[in-house]
Amino acid sequence: MRFLTDRKRAVGLGSAKTGTAHFWAMKVSSVALLLLVPLFVFTFGPMLGEPHEEVVAYFARPFPAIVAALTLVVGFMHFKDGVQVLIEDYVHGTMQKVLIILMICLCYAAAATGLFALARIAL
Amino acid sequence: MADVNRGNRPLSPHLSIYRPQLTSVTSILTRITGNALLLSALLIVWWFLAASSSAEYFGVVDAIITSFVGDLVMFLSLWALWYHALAGVRHLIWDNAIGLELETAEKLGWAVIGGSVVLTILTTIIIM
Repeated sequence: MRFLTDRKRAVGLGSAKTGTAHFWAMKVSSVALLLLVPLFVFTFGPMLGEPHEEVVAYFARPFPAIVAALTLVVGFMHFKDGVQVLIEDYVHGTMQKVLIILMICLCYAAAATGLFALARIAL
Repeated sequence: MADVNRGNRPLSPHLSIYRPQLTSVTSILTRITGNALLLSALLIVWWFLAASSSAEYFGVVDAIITSFVGDLVMFLSLWALWYHALAGVRHLIWDNAIGLELETAEKLGWAVIGGSVVLTILTTIIIM
């Protein structure tokens, strides 16, 4: 027989931190992507395999460029939050933290690279 | 109330014991599709970087992404994208504690599977 209160058992176990903020961030980005993804699919899709001049001229236009920039940034931020949950479920200990940091950095790098490329095409 | 029997309770059976069900399969597919989309997302960033660099470099990267393997990856990613989007809508509905009854949840599951296939075929026809 143990005499532990629920609070005593919960303290220090790592829950009740930023879970709500994480959930809300994923919800907001998922709703944003619901609009962005179809727009991106039907602007980026037809350009795949087209000649270079045509691709550059197309993504120099405001609408396709802004849709692509938003989709890449919001998409990678959504992925960053999602892949963190995946890692937290299957990997534990130090490796968990290493993987989460690596994946978040990869997402930042990919978003920045995409924005740089789009800026260079559009400007 | 404090759980006085902690550590001395029967264990839940492991996941592998259960027969795969529509609800569990569609759930794990949401995770798989979402995370697998990293590959095509990085390919697309590479494609944009190449387009911003030079016509020659763009030619190389564009040829890789529109090769047979590239086409296959992009086609499967398109399905993964639609599947993940529809499954995400299902989660947005569930977040309001709506549609959680087994019958409704399974109907939504079939809608996600069927919808993703239809959208993938339609998108491919429109884009090509």
